[in-house]
Amino acid sequence: MADQTLASLAAGLKARKYSSVELTKAFLGRIEHAQPALNALVTVTAESALAAAAAADVRIAAGTAGPLTGVPIIHKDIFCTSGVRTTCASKMLSNFISPYDATLVGKYKDAGTVMLGKANMDEFAMGSSNETSFFGAVKNPWDLAKVPGGSSGGSAAAVAARLAPLATATDTGGSIRQPAALCGVTGLKPTYGRVSRYGMIAFASSLDQAGVITVSAEDAALTLQAMAGFDPRDSTSVDVPVPDYAAELQQPMRGLRIGILTEFFGEGLDPAVEQAVRDSLAVWQKLGATIQEVSLPNLPLSVPTYYVVAPAECSSNLARFDGVRFGHRCEDPKDLLDLYKRSRAEGFGSEVKRRIMTGTYVLSAGYYDAYYLKAQRVRALINQDFRRAFGEVDLLVGPTTPTVAFGLGDKTSDPITMYLNDIYTIGANLAGLPAMSIPCGFAAGLPVGVQLIGPHFAEGRMLAAAHAYQRETDWHLRAPSGWAADFEPSTTGGAA
Amino acid sequence: MSGVEQGGWETVIGLEIHTQLATKSKIFSGSPTAYGAEPNTQADLVDLGYPGVLPVLNAEAVRMAVKFGLAIGAVITRRSVFARKNYFYPDLPKGYQISQYELPIVGKGVLDVMLEDGTVKSIGVTRAHLEEDAGKSQHEGVGVSAIDLNRAGTPLIEIVSEPDMRSAKEAVAYMKKIHTLVRYLGICDGNMQEGSFRCDANVSVRRKGAEKFGTRAELKNLNSFRFVERAINIEVARQIDILEGGGTVVQETRLYDADKDETRSMRSKEEANDYRYFPDPDLLPVVVGEDFIDAVRATLPELPDAKAQRFQSQYGLSAYDAGFLIASGEMADYYEAVAALVPSDAKLVANWVMGELSAALNKDGLDITQSRLSAAQFGALLNRIVDDTVSGKLAKEVFEAMWAEGLEADVVIESRGLKQITDPAAIGAVIDEIIAANPKQLADYRSGKDKLFGFFVGQTMKATGGKANPVLLNDLLKQKLAP
Repeated sequence: MADQTLASLAAGLKARKYSSVELTKAFLGRIEHAQPALNALVTVTAESALAAAAAADVRIAAGTAGPLTGVPIIHKDIFCTSGVRTTCASKMLSNFISPYDATLVGKYKDAGTVMLGKANMDEFAMGSSNETSFFGAVKNPWDLAKVPGGSSGGSAAAVAARLAPLATATDTGGSIRQPAALCGVTGLKPTYGRVSRYGMIAFASSLDQAGVITVSAEDAALTLQAMAGFDPRDSTSVDVPVPDYAAELQQPMRGLRIGILTEFFGEGLDPAVEQAVRDSLAVWQKLGATIQEVSLPNLPLSVPTYYVVAPAECSSNLARFDGVRFGHRCEDPKDLLDLYKRSRAEGFGSEVKRRIMTGTYVLSAGYYDAYYLKAQRVRALINQDFRRAFGEVDLLVGPTTPTVAFGLGDKTSDPITMYLNDIYTIGANLAGLPAMSIPCGFAAGLPVGVQLIGPHFAEGRMLAAAHAYQRETDWHLRAPSGWAADFEPSTTGGAA
Repeated sequence: MSGVEQGGWETVIGLEIHTQLATKSKIFSGSPTAYGAEPNTQADLVDLGYPGVLPVLNAEAVRMAVKFGLAIGAVITRRSVFARKNYFYPDLPKGYQISQYELPIVGKGVLDVMLEDGTVKSIGVTRAHLEEDAGKSQHEGVGVSAIDLNRAGTPLIEIVSEPDMRSAKEAVAYMKKIHTLVRYLGICDGNMQEGSFRCDANVSVRRKGAEKFGTRAELKNLNSFRFVERAINIEVARQIDILEGGGTVVQETRLYDADKDETRSMRSKEEANDYRYFPDPDLLPVVVGEDFIDAVRATLPELPDAKAQRFQSQYGLSAYDAGFLIASGEMADYYEAVAALVPSDAKLVANWVMGELSAALNKDGLDITQSRLSAAQFGALLNRIVDDTVSGKLAKEVFEAMWAEGLEADVVIESRGLKQITDPAAIGAVIDEIIAANPKQLADYRSGKDKLFGFFVGQTMKATGGKANPVLLNDLLKQKLAP
């Protein structure tokens, strides 16, 4: 199938090149083929997908279809899906079937998308390599010995292998952008509050943001249109008008002031990655953008700040998993304390436990001021740095990650090294800014991502820059071989 | 026993009063708050703490909290913050309670409380913060506990006092005042049996004149005024016993057991939870502007103190009577409705409301809103006293018949023939007969035995079935007995 972007697939559906059922069957075939090697999904919902596709075809035939009607989608297994188990890739929730849909899931359902299944991830979104999943690691479709990144590793690997044209994802410290970079796909983390968190199982509430992984920036714009907006069920979602993102894509690059972050080009950055990122700058320059250096002096403190704030919130957010009402419960508890201790000891993996313990510690009496309160102050300073920077430039650009995908098992024994993988991405979460990663080349045969960070609610400007870049380059259209080729929809010329 | 006077010891008490707000729905979800439904039928996914759900603040709860703050002249925090209080318990579904910690919505205020001796004492209110109630655990036999989450998420304000009270009676007077106030404001139904209004007491003792407070115990589970008084007195005696025996009081949480009439230790300071409070990232700070506060202020009713003042000046009542009548807004309204019908004798109305009516209500376990007599019915009866149709004494009989049978005053008076005889000729005729039948008593009276006057009154009353107008009877008798 030549059509690999969401935009082209949606056009194909509209033109009746194929029906949604045909498309869905083709993607389900790819999933069946790729799943044993990639492990990108936790749950495949073939039956309900075909039913949804048939319903979409009726809408298409009736002329009541929207832009996403009939388009296959994979949801990260952190989003609650009514009637389909939602595991957060944890033993704790391996038997949990949500009685409700997340707001985001409901919006995509209403838009007529066809859910193929639920994407694998790091357990409770805690990890940068997708190795903490209770259901096993996800493999990078470019090299099965490499990690896909995390925590949205399943979503990124699935889109990279073209198992779906879009997969939802979440980003707390880089969990969309980092795997997008490592898998060579487009990952969009909107402004904090732009997309509802209702029904998205919380890791760190003040940082968590739902977003999407797609092939192109144009696709990301189309999907953001479907998800963005105020949700009365989420007090932290923001009631600002949602622009027409497709129209925003046409913003000119001429005169766009791009800032490159001094702090992102220092020690630890792989020279080949740096080269690919610097090459991308030349493309924007050619289109009329100006480049200038910008410094965010407090940004180097983002990793330690994040690893106080995020665990603190997680320690509280995960308290509800106590074996009482849902989720894993230990066998034959002898009393209440035993029920709590063993249910949680058995239900959570070691990275989740590490963060719960860290978070409990930093909130404890006597340590709160030294850790949590100080981290919040630093967070405010980082926020200030960004605000100052956006007084001078329109967008910030830099590498998404210091290196390309690393080997499975390479960093599992050293959490600090693992945490440093998010050194370039965490800042945007601490400041609640929209950010994305788009493919910008290869190093050692593996994809490299360039990161764009915009001011609050400037998704349109950011997407326009990414789109302009992708019109000049084809890095985003390069797909790893071996996953999709044999599964074309049988083209029937539009019979639905 | 009174804490103040016990062998040189002084009692120090601070109260934390939990007031359930009378909102229709919960503080962070749309579930109803009504009491007494089947277990777990009034808990939605938010109340159950399901994965992925988020709290959304009920604006009505904020309005009610502000209303309370304004009523005690407290500082209203323009930007208050919800915090999470983290601890594990099965009736706390999220593993944390959403409360307010460093920035409560209501700051410092003050409440004037009238003590038994008529003096007024100002009790400081430290703060009042919004929070959600927990569910209920029911321990049903060995090894079985049931959880009912209907109450989980019911809005509360926790009203924290300064340690300003010096006896159990003062504590009860303060608590009653708050109870009256929150019901006036319409922010709490005040039902203590259902747990809508309950309190914890921090109690310590110190040597009289000492500056430092003693080590305190926190008494839990005080859900009636009587229990508050009992529990504090028992605890004070316990602490004094310990101190006089040379021991030290341990800081701990103690449970009052009403059945055994004792307090016992629940957990010591060492066992206390570290609640790890931090601002709840799921909720924005609560920002209240001047407009909002003004709008709430405009809804404040006449407050108890102002009403008591007005009752004294407008109706000529004593401070005690006024205080009694205004203790509930409904009682005050009833009084005023009756007083309007009996404009000539507001004091008579007060006596009857506080006497016969209150006794009848108490006997039948009713509150004033359930009175068997409407204000109009009750007023009609009192008017028959005022216009001399019945005597005060017989009016009590009329009242009882009205109460028992739901009849109008005039019907009872008519059918039972209780109408007062006010015709001087009719009374005179009866007196003449009595005098004629008792020549010896007449002679004795006239020779100086004044006490026999009462004998003639009694005989005449007896002969008229108690219906003779007493004033008239007196006058006529004096005339006719005169030599």
